[in-house]
Amino acid sequence: MVTVHSTSPHFKANARRALGDEQLQRALTNVPGGFIAKRQHAKDKLPEFDALRDEARDLKNHTLAHLDVYLEEYEARVIASGGHVHWCETPDEACRTVIDICKAHDARTVTKGKSMVTEEIHLNAAMQAAGIQPVETDLGEYIIQLRGETPSHIIAPAVHLNKDQIEADFRATHTHLPADRQLEEGAQLVNEARQILRQKYIDADVGITGANFLVAETGTSIIVTNEGNGDLTQSLPKAHIVMATIEKIVPTLEDASTILRLLGRNGTGQEFTSYTTFSTGPRRADDPDGPDEYHVVILDNGRTGMIGSDFQDMLRCIRCGACLNHCPVYQAVGGHAYGWVYPGPMGSVLTPSLIGVDQAGHLPNASTFCGRCEEVCPMRIPLPKMMRHWREREFERHLSPVTVRYGIGAWAFMAKRPKLYRLATGIAARLLKLWAGKTGRLEALAGAGGWTRHRDLPAPQGPTFMAQWKRRRP
Amino acid sequence: MSAREAIFARLRHQLAAGSSEQDRRETASARIAGHAANLIPARAQIDHGAQVKLFIDQAEAVQATVKTLASHDDVPDEVTAYLRKHNLPQAIRHGTDAQLSGLDWHGRAPSLTVSHGPADPHDEASLSHAVAGVAETGTLILTSGPDNPTTLNFLPENHIVVVRAADITGTYEDVWQTIRATYGERQMPRTVNMITGPSRTGDIEQRIELGAHGPRRLHIIIIEN
Repeated sequence: MVTVHSTSPHFKANARRALGDEQLQRALTNVPGGFIAKRQHAKDKLPEFDALRDEARDLKNHTLAHLDVYLEEYEARVIASGGHVHWCETPDEACRTVIDICKAHDARTVTKGKSMVTEEIHLNAAMQAAGIQPVETDLGEYIIQLRGETPSHIIAPAVHLNKDQIEADFRATHTHLPADRQLEEGAQLVNEARQILRQKYIDADVGITGANFLVAETGTSIIVTNEGNGDLTQSLPKAHIVMATIEKIVPTLEDASTILRLLGRNGTGQEFTSYTTFSTGPRRADDPDGPDEYHVVILDNGRTGMIGSDFQDMLRCIRCGACLNHCPVYQAVGGHAYGWVYPGPMGSVLTPSLIGVDQAGHLPNASTFCGRCEEVCPMRIPLPKMMRHWREREFERHLSPVTVRYGIGAWAFMAKRPKLYRLATGIAARLLKLWAGKTGRLEALAGAGGWTRHRDLPAPQGPTFMAQWKRRRP
Repeated sequence: MSAREAIFARLRHQLAAGSSEQDRRETASARIAGHAANLIPARAQIDHGAQVKLFIDQAEAVQATVKTLASHDDVPDEVTAYLRKHNLPQAIRHGTDAQLSGLDWHGRAPSLTVSHGPADPHDEASLSHAVAGVAETGTLILTSGPDNPTTLNFLPENHIVVVRAADITGTYEDVWQTIRATYGERQMPRTVNMITGPSRTGDIEQRIELGAHGPRRLHIIIIEN
């Protein structure tokens, strides 16, 4: 945990800035409109959807309980098919491993398919420092690489941007093209990126992709994509490097198929993405194309420590992004406010595991516990429960601010004395109702400025719940 | 201690509470050897004629075009007609696949230039033979090798794929059984491509555009006999 570049400790300031950013707020309106309706449609078309979620959860739990042996089986099959497996404990080791392979091929430029693990290890910066130029080829990743930004979403990295911003970036970067060209339409932007990147695929010495799954049965890595950039990245250069982590493993092709039925539907709302590619080893003796070398770099980076802990369930995550799309906090502030690689609910659980709760303690608090993330999770990960675990640890380690500790302490004192609690809440409810008067709303309230700055606080309308319940019971 | 040893030592330490290493090993080996199917959606568990129809509907729903021909013999005519329809040069490239190489290209499509081998960056159209079609999502299955080089699936802007109706099946699981029968247990070709419609992206304001990096158009030719 040495190379952490995180602004997670400043989540509150980040969020405040995000709420005031007009461009960002405009772009974020595309999230609920697009992803949520499409996912619902795809789910409705497959009656077995929820039963598949149960199976996927169980098969991944089984895999994690046998992770050591499945990883060994996987490794043996990769080697048998002519590939290489590299094990790395830390981001630095993983970067060094990738750079060494690139150097062995005298690589000047390296194309990259979309990979969140390479974001996690800050591979691009490490490669540039070593004199190797990484070229992101996924359209969203290409756009944010031009801008010097990080992804704001795990499957839609440029979701925080509007078309006019991308147009401006393309005009500023692709200066060899006519200045008066038409570039207002999405299709024109896609075409321009297509033309630019075509030559990059051909020139690249090494191609790097991520892996959605690793199959123990056959030593196969799987990528799930729509653009075709991952396939060009891995089939044209001399070497293909797969960047993966230990929890990507599934036992068999049948098990992969079960989870594949969930991934597209739950992420983008597609029944199946355009391209699902299964890669096993390097080019064979009679193959006319494909890479001469096939390397898989498998990173731990703290994940072994999650096995057997309160956070093991998080290792079931397949990175579909649905918990981000459905999260009211993500929808309001976007991904960058979270300050590290993985935003939204899955990031709020994973980030403290990977960079420490002292760095990322705000993130598990950035939740209303509405539960939608767990409701839409294809792997049925109990995200709110795990965020609560983090809050407890933050509290235990005295990392929460003194006002929070004092407040929780006061609440606990009252909650342990029900009579006193009911008396106090009964008085408070009546007072607030009186104070609010006819409007029934409070525009300001001491201690609730954070709420009333943006909206009114509805005043209690009568006696407390307990009092009403007592009266209704026969 | 190497990174590998350290990672496995930590894993074994954490997993020991659940079961012994010997038990874990036996359970995992049995699952791999058995490769049992999990839940199969009812959607594609229908008779073969209905599977072919479902395959066509699903492929068209994701912007592939589909043409059904009585026999392989008509493929050159269809390729010529397709290229003409889209104002493309009369040129196509395919691999050494016997079902494609054996066609009467010269007799049936005299104006067509047919080349062979992996894709060249200047190719505008390619032709492949899919080993299977999967009805449940309208997905084509292509395997790498000299018969059907992988780059033909991605580099040209127009991809034409021939699949026999007899090779259209219900589910992905059916395909794995076929692949095991061809390549052996625990063996795979270098690449298996599942292709479902043409290339697309939603990265600009979440609106779908076709032809991001791979083919803009995917044309499927189903051979009935």
